[in-house]
This record gives sequence, C-alpha cells and structure tokens, in this order.
Amino acid sequence: MAYTPYPQIEHLLRRAGFGARADELDTYRQDLFATAVGRLLNYGSIPDDVDQKIGAPGYVGITTAGQFSPRTVITDARQRWLFRMVHTNRPLQEKMTLFWHNHFATAYGKLAGQLGTEEATRYLAAKPSEDPGGVRGQIELFREYALGNFRDLLVEVSKDTAMLYWLDGYLNTRTRPQENFGREIMELFTFGVGNYTESDVYAAARVFTGWNVTRVGNAADGSARLQFNYNAGQHDTGEKTFSFAIYANGSKTIPARAAAGGMQDGLDLIDGLCAHPETPRYLGRKLYRFFISEVGDVPESFLARVSATFRESRYDMRAVMRDVLLSREFWDERNYFTRFSWPVEYVVHSLKDIGWNGFSLREALTPLSNMGQNLFDPPDVAGWDLGRGWFSTGSMLARMNFVSALAANQRFNLATAAATRAQNPESLLAFVQEALKTPPLDPTVTGAMIEYLNASGPWTGSAAQLQAKVPGIVHLVASTPEYQFL
Amino acid sequence: MKVTRRQFVKGGVAAFTVSFAAPEFLSEVALAQGATSRNLVVLYLSGGNDALSTLIPYADPFYYSRRPTIAVPAGNVLQVGTDSSRVVLGLHPRLTGLKQIFDRGNLALIQRTGYPNQSRSHFLGTDIWSSASPSNPAGTGWVGRYLDTLPTPVDPLIGWNTTRDLPRVLMSNKVAVPAIPNPATYALASPNTGADAQAARVAAMRISSHVPVDRPDLAFVYGNAAAAMATLDRVATVSQYRSTLTYPNSGLGQALRAVAGAMVRGVGTRVFYVTTGGYDTHAAQNPNQVNGSYTNLMGTLNDALLAFYQDLLNQGLLGDTLVLSFSEFGRRISENGSNGTDHGAASVMLALGGRINGGLYGTAPNLNMDPQNPTLENNAGDVRFETDFRSVYARVIDQWLGADSVGILGGNFRNDRLTFV
Repeated sequence: MAYTPYPQIEHLLRRAGFGARADELDTYRQDLFATAVGRLLNYGSIPDDVDQKIGAPGYVGITTAGQFSPRTVITDARQRWLFRMVHTNRPLQEKMTLFWHNHFATAYGKLAGQLGTEEATRYLAAKPSEDPGGVRGQIELFREYALGNFRDLLVEVSKDTAMLYWLDGYLNTRTRPQENFGREIMELFTFGVGNYTESDVYAAARVFTGWNVTRVGNAADGSARLQFNYNAGQHDTGEKTFSFAIYANGSKTIPARAAAGGMQDGLDLIDGLCAHPETPRYLGRKLYRFFISEVGDVPESFLARVSATFRESRYDMRAVMRDVLLSREFWDERNYFTRFSWPVEYVVHSLKDIGWNGFSLREALTPLSNMGQNLFDPPDVAGWDLGRGWFSTGSMLARMNFVSALAANQRFNLATAAATRAQNPESLLAFVQEALKTPPLDPTVTGAMIEYLNASGPWTGSAAQLQAKVPGIVHLVASTPEYQFL
Repeated sequence: MKVTRRQFVKGGVAAFTVSFAAPEFLSEVALAQGATSRNLVVLYLSGGNDALSTLIPYADPFYYSRRPTIAVPAGNVLQVGTDSSRVVLGLHPRLTGLKQIFDRGNLALIQRTGYPNQSRSHFLGTDIWSSASPSNPAGTGWVGRYLDTLPTPVDPLIGWNTTRDLPRVLMSNKVAVPAIPNPATYALASPNTGADAQAARVAAMRISSHVPVDRPDLAFVYGNAAAAMATLDRVATVSQYRSTLTYPNSGLGQALRAVAGAMVRGVGTRVFYVTTGGYDTHAAQNPNQVNGSYTNLMGTLNDALLAFYQDLLNQGLLGDTLVLSFSEFGRRISENGSNGTDHGAASVMLALGGRINGGLYGTAPNLNMDPQNPTLENNAGDVRFETDFRSVYARVIDQWLGADSVGILGGNFRNDRLTFV
C-alpha cells in the first residue's frame, strides 16, 4: 500500500477543509486545481446528508446521556458539529461556518445564564427542520450564508436572537441606548479599531434601537420561541451623524425618520459599513490569516485584489473566496504548514489521519476544552486568540494527550493497517508519517522515534509488538510541533 | 521598545537550548530563586470593572442621581474612611473579607488609574494595560519584560499562568511561561504503560529539545513542548498541596489555591497570573441584590482573595506576596437603560499583601455632570485618570521586584506619592 503524496491537494484540503479522508483524497486528486476549488466553492450540488449518518456504522461515534438532542443539549450540538467536520462532503461550507462563528463570536455561557441551557443551545444550534418553531440557530445561519452575501449576513446577524442577547441588543431602547452591539459591529464585525470614534458608538447604538425580539408560538406544541421584531415604539427617530460616509453620495448623516420606518436606519448603517473601504481590508486580513498564512505580513496586493472583488461583486463571499483559493499566495509552497491549527482542526484531522472507527466524539470534548476551544463558547466577542495564542505548555500537553487517547483507542485498527509496512522500525515510521501527511521531520526527531521503537527489545514485528508500538509511534508523530500546523 | 517576532524567537530559542543543556543546574537555580523569592500575583478582572461599584463615593449626590437603580445605598457600603480630597468612600457590601484585610493595613486601593485617551475597547484596552505601552500594545508584556531582565539561564517555571492561553502580561522575549490551569491534569499520557510509556516519555523529551532553525513559529511550538516537559515533575508536587483551609470552588479560588501550593512547595515560581471574568456588566448589574451579577462578581473576588490571604498568613508567606489587580477600563458613570453600565475610562487598582502599606491612594472623582469637571472626561460621561497605571507598575517593579522600571516601561513613570509598597 505505497502512498503517493498529493501535496497540493493535501494543502487545499487542510486549509479549505479539515484535512483529508481517504475518500476525499480519492475524489480531489482526480481534479485539476481549478476543478477542485470549484468543487469546494460550489457545494450546492453536493447533497447535504451528513447529519443522517450520525449513529450509522462506519462513522465516528457520538455518546449522549439520553436521546441525542443537538437542538437542546450543548454537548450534543458540539458532537454534531464535529461529526460534520469529519464526514461532510462540503468541507469549505463547514470551514466558513467555523470562520464566521469566530468572526461573530457568540458564547453559550452568557446565553445559558440569560435563557437557560436548552434555549441557549436552541438559538445557537437548532436546525429549522428539526425545531417545532422552525428556529434557525446561529450556526445554521452561518452555514446558510457560509459563502453568501456579506451584507445580507450582517443583516441576518443583527436580527439573530442569539446575537441580540449576546450583545444586549434586546435592551437597546430609545430612552436608554445600549452601546454593546453598536460598538462591536464596527470594531469587530466590519472595519476594526481606528476607523470610528466614541460618538460613532453612541450613534450606532441609537441606530439599532428597536431591533428586538418578541415571543411567538405556543408552548403546547413546542413552537414557542423568541423571534426578531422591530419595535418601532423603542426606536430613536432623530438623525444620526457619523464620522464616515453612510451613503454613496458621501453623506454621513442618517436622516430623522418616522418610527414606523426606522428600521431602515440599521440597514443604512450596514450598507455604509459594507461600502467602507476598510471593511474588505479587515475581512481580507482575517481571510489571509485563516486560509493562507499566519507568517509575515499580509501582502498589500492581496488585500487590493480581494477588496476589489468584494466591492465589484457587491459583497459576494463566494467570489471573494474564489480569489483567495486561486491566489498565487494560497498555492505558494512556502505557505504550506504556516497556519497554527485550531484545536477543532487538530482533533478532526487527527481523526481523519489516525482513524475513527470505535471512537466517540464525546471523548474529544474535554480535551478540546483543555486545548482552549469549546465550540459555541468562544472566550469573548473578539473570538479565540489565534495563532501562537493557541499554544502554551498546558494546551500542548492537552494536544499530546488527546492523540495518545485516540491512538490507544485505535490500537487494533492501527496495528492491522501498519502490518504490511512493519518490516523494521524505519519502514513503520515512514508509514506513519505518510498516513499523518506530516512535513519532513528533523533527523533528531526521527532519531528519537526510532530509538523509542527499538527501546524494549529487538524488532520482531509480532502482533503484540505492533499493538504496542504502532499506537506509541502514532502518538509521538501526532504530538510533534510539525503536526500542529496546517 | 519594539520587538519583532523574529527577535522573540531568537531569544526564545536561546533560552530553551540552554535549559536543555543543563537541566540539573537549572533546578538549583530554581531552588535558589525560590528561597529568596518575593512573589507577584497579577490579577486581571476581565471585562472592565465598574470601579464606582467597588469603591463607592457614597456621599456624592451625583452618584445617586446618575445611577438611580444601581447605586449602592450609603447605609450598605463598608466604610473605609476619607481620601486625601476628603471624599468618604466605602467598599461594596459583599467585600467583607477585603474590608478585614484593609483594616489590617494589607490592602491598598489606588483610585482613578488609567492613561491619556483611554481605549474603550476590551481588546485594545487589555493589550495596553498588559503591555504597558499605549503606542505598541501588540508587544511583550510588562511582567514578561521583567523576566527578560533576569540573568540566564532562566528557570522555565519562573512564571506560572493559571489560564490556558498565555496572557500578554507574561509575553516575554526569552521565557515561555507555562500555562497550568490545573496542576493535577498537567501530565503526559501514553497509549501504553510501564516501560513503554517511560520510553515514550524519554523520546518526547528528546524530540522537544529540537530547535528548528529559521522557522520561528515552529520553534515557538517546540519551545512550549520543551517547557511542558521540563516542568512536569515540579508541577506534580504542587498537585499534592494541602491548603490550611478550604478555598472556594470558583475558578479564581482554585487558581489561587494552586498559586499558594506553588509558593509553599517552593517550586521556584516568582510571578503568577490569575484572572476572573464577567465584569462586562452592560445589563442587569444589580449590585444590590443578593445574587445580582455584580454582587456575585464581588463575592467571587472577595471569597477567593480572603482564602488566599488567610492560607498564606497561616503558611507564613504573606510577607512574600503581592497581589496586584487591573481591569481594561472602568465604566460609564451614568447607568444605561438596561440597569448596567457601558465602557468607560479610569478604574481602581487593588494591591494586597503582607508588606503593603494599606489605605486609599489618589482621589475619588467628583461625579458632577458639569462638562468642565476636571475629574471627568468625555463630556463628564467617564472618570478621568489621575494616576497613570504605569506609575503603579513602576512602583512594583522598583520596590517589590527590585528591577529597573525605567528600562522595563520604556520611560520614567515613578510617582513618589504611590507609597503602597
């Protein structure tokens, strides 16, 4: 079972997906690059049936306390999302969903305090098709708009129940404006610090007064739910002036409007933010760091190209992402393995590389927490601290200990898979490096690994020896700093 | 001081190379450092603490008129006397333990700390307070730069971060401060047991000693792996620590328990970082309700610090310990429509320890809404800083850590009136 590496396709799937299952590699390696990118971008033609595989044999397992209920139980919601990352045939959709989850970082912890654990899970993770009230949880919004129009996404996020609670928009009223959302839509969601003033924060808060929720449906059939509602009576009808242009004619002032039509204020501000020249540059920097490299500066030429596409396509993220994935920066070999893996990426690509049969995703949740990433629960509205921020001694141990547990769990599968390549320690190590698709390792590192394989007596390749040593060497290879990069 | 990523890693690589060349020598260094150590515990109140609910100017009529629902009634505060501007002040009623510590002269409250043009952003604000550099907030931390002044080799356990991610306060050019949220889980697992697990640990140790050349980010991760392997055994001794009293079960309480354990076991750590969150009280702040959110914040803070204080007192280590708190900003003076407060400016810092000169430092703001009020800014919306926070750091660096604050802070921020230590 000699393995032929496909470095470009492996790179593409590490970045635009969550690593490569064998069947994904089989599919994508037939393609020209442009075709492969097209398959990732135009996922609409690929069936979205992955959730139906949950619980089926041959897939990674899940474990629940009672009935599997990802709509109301956060640990179930986390397992469902991880399952999707492992088994989806639309990897870029899932990857962008994660990107938006970090971009519009909304945390379960606060929502659970406000709404209770079941409702908090519901407004974050429910699928409309499974919810008696048709609630679309925030993550489903991100999935729906994964490569959609950014302006439309921003409007939907501003109306999203979880967001209205997370940034206190539901408390933002005419008489007592609440600045939390007004600040963050500028600081974190669009153009970033340095492009607005404190008086812009006041004005933005006033713009969104009245964007609220209301309770609809009935409790008897479970359809009772919070739903977006523009409350005209709470809207501040006065004019609002900003330090930057809101309208195409350069006007910085949103005019006074009757309360009934006041929701237009927020739409105007969102239009102004999307049209602001710094917004695509802010997004472009984040996309570069996420998809291309965390090393060095973000090239000005890249930002210029992405910004032009963003503007010309009227904020179409599919067009923007086509630019990103077909950019020469993306395909530059010097950018391979220059992205620090996020904990969920590390866990999912470890599962794809090492194996999942007989492993339950429930066993990944505590390790993920120790690595610093609970899905649906970013530390604050700025999202996770990326790059080097993921790495500390404690989180490094958590990563090493996760792959130890996974390798032990996969002991027999691994020993069987490695048997034909286990003539000697060197051939076994080569097999494991291929299976994990690692970048080249230094001779000091491989020397220590060979020493480990030789440590407890002469190499025989017996079943007993393989059942100990294959998981042992998989643990060491997957623990290397090299394997922490994508 | 502008530090490039490249310098960071070059320094880091050198430090790790040395640490693996001489592990035994290093533990001697650690022991020597432990014997004479003065410990600094940096406490971050995450979210922007509403200083006016911590240390309350309870006789200021504007405090009540601007906070009709969230002001703490004068009769409920824990009075701590009068500051140099003759303003009477009181602690939040839930801070009964801190009041005891204050009465023993071991707690200093430094009012109106901040800096010019204070950022109201959580992230930029936290970076500025952590780096002590408003002009280069993305650089190393002020404590990290102190670590850089220590003679090499620096013990990898010189700092102990109780959070999962390295906070900017502890970012240094030379030292990868370990993250040890829980000493009990700070261990290396193996798929096998016995001799094979031991062989795997030896291999992991050797692998982590590799120093990649010209790959700064890879070197950074190797550095973390190396620091983890080098600190496992000493941290394991801390997990056996038996405190002299039961700490609260909060994250802060357990973190401070681990800090006390590290001090008592003498593992060599000099600087610790702990944090407690939830201070971003935009809504339902409820400082007057038993389980109101601000009351709970004060309860978590009070109970954990009191347990830590008493444990260290019992262990005879209180005189070696200084706890210094900060938060990224204070909050607006007027409450918002959600019974909360939005992002503001200057705040209050706490310094606690056996050798602290306790009391009230600086002067309270006058909350009069007159836009000309010199103690306020932003049209009298926010509290204006009086004491530059870097002056507080300077005092700690010069007088407690025995280092040179001018070099570490990149300027002379010394302030003779700050005699809290």
